[in-house]
Amino acid sequence: MVPLSYYLVLSGILFTCGVTGFLIKRNIITIFMSIELMLNGVNLSFVAFAAQWHTLSGQVFVFFVMVVAAAEAAVGLAIIIAVYRTCETLNVDQINLLKL
Amino acid sequence: MLHLIVFLVFGAICVAGAVNLLVQSHPINSALSLITVMGSLAVEYLLLGAEFVAVVQVIIYAGAIMVLFVFVIMLLNAGAEERTQGSRVAMILGVPGTLLGSLLSAWVLLQHSGTRAVHVGAMPGPPKEIAQLLFHDFLLPFEVTSILVLIAIMGAVVLAAHSESAPQPKKEG
Repeated sequence: MVPLSYYLVLSGILFTCGVTGFLIKRNIITIFMSIELMLNGVNLSFVAFAAQWHTLSGQVFVFFVMVVAAAEAAVGLAIIIAVYRTCETLNVDQINLLKL
Repeated sequence: MLHLIVFLVFGAICVAGAVNLLVQSHPINSALSLITVMGSLAVEYLLLGAEFVAVVQVIIYAGAIMVLFVFVIMLLNAGAEERTQGSRVAMILGVPGTLLGSLLSAWVLLQHSGTRAVHVGAMPGPPKEIAQLLFHDFLLPFEVTSILVLIAIMGAVVLAAHSESAPQPKKEG
């Protein structure tokens, strides 16, 4: 038997790895992948709580989160392609067209 | 006991993949370690008895989304990332901050969330009941997400398409 808190700790570790990647990475695609990692951590705690409370709604919500993540990935990667066409770089430090 | 061993093994693979995502400097290596994370998370879902979520995780996340990522990395010919001054500041502030945050949250969770065991296969229902929920109780959100995906497809095509008529932004030397 695995305690619920172990699942929650694993989910927290994945989430904080995602936050760290979001902060320290400078490649825009890797930053985007860190966001997906955060979503995965949240999904794990959704499913763990759903198992704990014996309800299926958590699984349905995880499904919705995945669909939204898929839509977000499609639009986000299209935006990355457009940014690369304009700035010809993937480094977020050099994408500063909005600066004066 | 066996379940705990399987949980720990795949949890360790999961965390190792997540840390590898942070350490690697080339995006394609990060993408492959993210696929590892998602695959081992699917095993964790199976341990919880959520077969539907496990299968959807493999098909949508490890399949569709990561193929999109790898495709874009190859399309843009992304190389290893360069380090700059700002990234050093982010590294100095970010790594200790997130370590502190994760240790704090792990401590609080272990102290206060109780240690009631989650039984293996604790989920009550077969996929039939999930379908009942999805297509009956949550029918309106389901249809809304289908519209969302349709809009996302059109938005992605519009954003990524080569626009011949639109004026190209001038590059300044």
